[in-house]
Amino acid sequence: MSDLFSVTITIVYGGLLISFLCAFIRLLMGPTHADRLVALDLIGFITISFIATHAISSGETAFLDIATTLALVAFLGTVAFVKFIGERLSQTGDTKGEEPWKH
Amino acid sequence: MEALISVCLLIGTFFTLVAAIGILRMPDIYMRVHAVTKAGTFGIGLILLSVALFFVDSAVTSRVIGIMLFIIVTTPAAAHLLGKTMLKSKYRMWRNLSNR
Repeated sequence: MSDLFSVTITIVYGGLLISFLCAFIRLLMGPTHADRLVALDLIGFITISFIATHAISSGETAFLDIATTLALVAFLGTVAFVKFIGERLSQTGDTKGEEPWKH
Repeated sequence: MEALISVCLLIGTFFTLVAAIGILRMPDIYMRVHAVTKAGTFGIGLILLSVALFFVDSAVTSRVIGIMLFIIVTTPAAAHLLGKTMLKSKYRMWRNLSNR
């Protein structure tokens, strides 16, 4: 592992950490459930990127299997949660809990 | 080769960061979905491409292609589903009222 590589991987870890923090802030404060869902989707992406970067920095290829599983689980979770939001909207008939965006 | 891998990693990180800033700063759910879907997919694709370039190995390359294909296929589907569900609710789209 050369010098250029270790510097690059440090920068990548830092950038991914900042992205994770931004997505986490949106996850905490997002006004509707859909905002939180999108933030969770992005957190899944960032975690896959973390795993890929760690696979490069450690030289261990087995981490890529975990990345595959995480991509599958993130998609299934998104679809299930969208179904939940849609069913709750159709049951109550209004946007209870889903505040419209205020001007 | 190392320079190419480094450039791929850095551009991928940049686009992931753009997606994260977009989800934090955009005013509307549709714009947030847009930012995450496009910039996020491109960023993760570049980072996975650099993994495939680092380990020149058919087992790793096939796994990377599998993850990339899965993400490229499923992310727009999930975003479309979410957008359609939110369009049915009473969620109002953002209008720029500052320059009236």
